[in-house]
Amino acid sequence: MAGGISERRIVAAAKVQDLVFALLGIVVLFFAMAMLATLVIDLLTDGLARINMQFLSDFPSRRPAEAGILSAWVGTTLVMFVTALLAIPLGVGAGLYLEEYAPKNWLSDLIEINVSNLAGVPSIIYGLLALGFFVYALGMGQTILVGGMVLALLILPIVVVATREAVRAVPSGLRESAYGLGCNRWQVVWSYVLPSARPGILTGAIVGLSRAIGETAPIITIGALTFIAFLPPSPLQAAPPFLNADWLSSPFTVMPIQMFNWTSRPQAGFHENAAATGVLLLGMTLIMNGFAIYLRYRLRKGLKT
Amino acid sequence: MSQTVDEGQTFAALKASGYLRRGRMVASAMQVILFACAALSVVITASILWVLVSESWMFFQQIPLVAFLTDTQWTPAFTNARYGILPLLTATLWAAGIAMAVATPLGLILSVYLSEFAQPRVREVLKPILEMLAAVPTVVFGYFALLFLTPLAKQFIPGLSGFNLLVPGFVMGIMILPYVVSISEDAMRAVPMTLREGAYALGMSRWRTAFTVIIPGAFSGVTAAYLLAFARAVGETMVVAIAAGQNPNLTGDPREGAATITAYIVQMSLGDLPHGSLAYSTIFATGLVLFIITLGFNVLGFFLRRKFREAY
Repeated sequence: MAGGISERRIVAAAKVQDLVFALLGIVVLFFAMAMLATLVIDLLTDGLARINMQFLSDFPSRRPAEAGILSAWVGTTLVMFVTALLAIPLGVGAGLYLEEYAPKNWLSDLIEINVSNLAGVPSIIYGLLALGFFVYALGMGQTILVGGMVLALLILPIVVVATREAVRAVPSGLRESAYGLGCNRWQVVWSYVLPSARPGILTGAIVGLSRAIGETAPIITIGALTFIAFLPPSPLQAAPPFLNADWLSSPFTVMPIQMFNWTSRPQAGFHENAAATGVLLLGMTLIMNGFAIYLRYRLRKGLKT
Repeated sequence: MSQTVDEGQTFAALKASGYLRRGRMVASAMQVILFACAALSVVITASILWVLVSESWMFFQQIPLVAFLTDTQWTPAFTNARYGILPLLTATLWAAGIAMAVATPLGLILSVYLSEFAQPRVREVLKPILEMLAAVPTVVFGYFALLFLTPLAKQFIPGLSGFNLLVPGFVMGIMILPYVVSISEDAMRAVPMTLREGAYALGMSRWRTAFTVIIPGAFSGVTAAYLLAFARAVGETMVVAIAAGQNPNLTGDPREGAATITAYIVQMSLGDLPHGSLAYSTIFATGLVLFIITLGFNVLGFFLRRKFREAY
């Protein structure tokens, strides 16, 4: 009998321990969420009032109330365009090679170690690479093209990893059927593997781009200016061929740099501007990530995307 | 019968038209192109090393390595300039150490909770929310650290200066938390169910199972999570550049402000840096130190992570 009681006591104690730990887990979770919520609320209370048409359509200024982020959001848009155009094809290509082509040898191993190491290289080191290599060794200067290139290198590992995971999830029966119909390897990859892996790749690309939008350090390192009171030349023109590439070689600034610049000034008016920029930045990255999470959720549920 | 003949003719016609040959050519061209995309990663790593070494070459010709590593002052702007990386390095390690002091216990509790306690449904909701935390731009975290948390913390911590290592360290800890949790939870979930069931059958509580079976079983993966997170905290730039100050300061007190390696690079990059000057080469020399530290932790983390994947 005595044994029975102590066993019951052990079970009861175990249950209490489990309950305490589960509560601890929930407390930590709420703490993390509370930090995120505090951050969002702090930014909103500081900056929401500053977001209006004037803020979006004015250049930076010495007077905080007249300053705007026109050059910054235009810069961010153009840089992101370059980044997406470079990082997505290169990253998808590398991911496809590693999953579908790479033989098991030291070279594939080396590439694999490199990709995962590049994912851990601090972003500012990419900035130094771009400064020493693109800006000076190649003489490209501090331009939108270089900004887009450095961010593309930075998010390349994210796109590669997402592509690999998406490609790995494609059932091998699909590949074998396509081979059975007489497709060669590239036709299998292009017509069957890529289309089924598309939602997963898209998710990775969105997560990568949302990281690039908020990235500040490498852009500062290449020497992008913090005060830009003009716009790059328009990519569209009236005369044929209607497109021009002059904007690629234009100096620029981006939203995170503008925010950094305003944050590090002492006047409270600039802090409001910084908070407003932060609200916009945060809004963009959270929406992009939310969309990526939604895509992945549908993917896991097996819904058509 | 007639069908087979038709197919035969189609095949012959395809062969004659060069369609198949073109397909093969495209396929082999694409193989080369895709290989080039993958090989780019090796080229990038090599270029990083080359740029860091070649651009800091001049620095190490003028400043002896021993002085660089042992001098306790970093005053490149003074007339009597001193180039000892110790102040920058200690500030970097302070901030990253505080971040780890926050992220290690919280990350361990959270990943055990998510992998061993939470219902699958709860987990599906919670993980995306944690990912949202990881998506916040670092410059926003910097703003939060300098203009919200530091004034708040000043009321509780006497002697805390406006720029300090404590608050940005703490914010970095929160920032790397999702990263720690995602890797260590993966490792814990990779521990086979049979080990859990064996422990439960012996009458162990979930809590004891987690700490005596799951964590030891996932040890290499959990360790990898912390190594990778530490590398990230060491290389984190904007939070410390905004909230820890720009002043190189060899200090044992995290309530003081001190420039980290990354903050120094940002500060120099904001000014006008003539290409080829000694000031220009200092950011590559300090960057090289940063790269070597993070590379070491990343490579170690990579192999540990691979080990836990192979174990089960």
